[in-house]
Amino acid sequence: MRKIISFILIVIIAIGVFFSLQEIPFGETKSKVREYYLDNGVKQTGAANIVTSVVVSYRGFDTLGEVTVLFLAAIGLSAILYREEEKKRKKRRESSLILYTGCRFLFPLILLFGSYIFIHGHLTPGGGFQGGAIIASGFLLTMLGCWRWEGINRSRFKITESLAGLVFVVVGLLGLLYGGYFLLNYLPKGIPNELFSAGIIPIIYVAIGFKVGSEIAGIIDDMVRSE
Amino acid sequence: MIILEIMLVFVMLVGAIAAGIFKDLLNAVIAAGFVSFISAILFYFLHAPDVAMAEASIGAALTVAIFIIAIKKTKRFEEDEEDN
Repeated sequence: MRKIISFILIVIIAIGVFFSLQEIPFGETKSKVREYYLDNGVKQTGAANIVTSVVVSYRGFDTLGEVTVLFLAAIGLSAILYREEEKKRKKRRESSLILYTGCRFLFPLILLFGSYIFIHGHLTPGGGFQGGAIIASGFLLTMLGCWRWEGINRSRFKITESLAGLVFVVVGLLGLLYGGYFLLNYLPKGIPNELFSAGIIPIIYVAIGFKVGSEIAGIIDDMVRSE
Repeated sequence: MIILEIMLVFVMLVGAIAAGIFKDLLNAVIAAGFVSFISAILFYFLHAPDVAMAEASIGAALTVAIFIIAIKKTKRFEEDEEDN
């Protein structure tokens, strides 16, 4: 009985979504905001990647909120799962030589790739969130393959995360000091398509990269250590 | 190209339905990760590489890993519940 009712509800929702999506003209006309960003984005922010200029510059405050949500999620998870005394874990089986060597070989490359993505966030696709997630997946690889995570000081993740968040807020507050707006792009814009361009956008994206990477690695660390 | 996209959408649908049906939670998690992976490919075809990278690294890798750790620490099989 319950299954039938839920099936009927899902069908109703599907029909509603289908007909409301029919009303949206996908890929036909440019909306006003999008036109404005495409025409003026590079000139105003100096970032060659329009997506980055929207995420960090035009909608920078929203990004701060997004980062705060992630921070609260990580803090809540570790508040639930944290335990003071480590339980005696059963001995882990040693990983084989091939796995160990491959993991040690790949880990620095993954870190390099992730940092490349968030440092070049204003030039190429990607940015702080993507680069941070790639770095966290590198830490996940080491957990599966080569390191003993018992030896890692877990508070380092939290310290990195908090410092990166602080950098974001301080950079924004300096904008308030210089020009009267939070997150004002007060540094020189430079020439678009160069590495040192777009003012505060690379600084903020590097901070977000560190923050997201340490946050997700910390979440995995908390999950592995619990129970 | 458009035929490939349509095929991918159907494969994604099959994965999503399978993720709902499976009783073995490990299989369900892998099916959900598969859906994320296909949607990352679709994002790339739709000229959204930023979203594709986020989806591939978070949806297909990290979420699956976190779910697998959680399953390892709890129970693997869903219990049959009586229909009332």
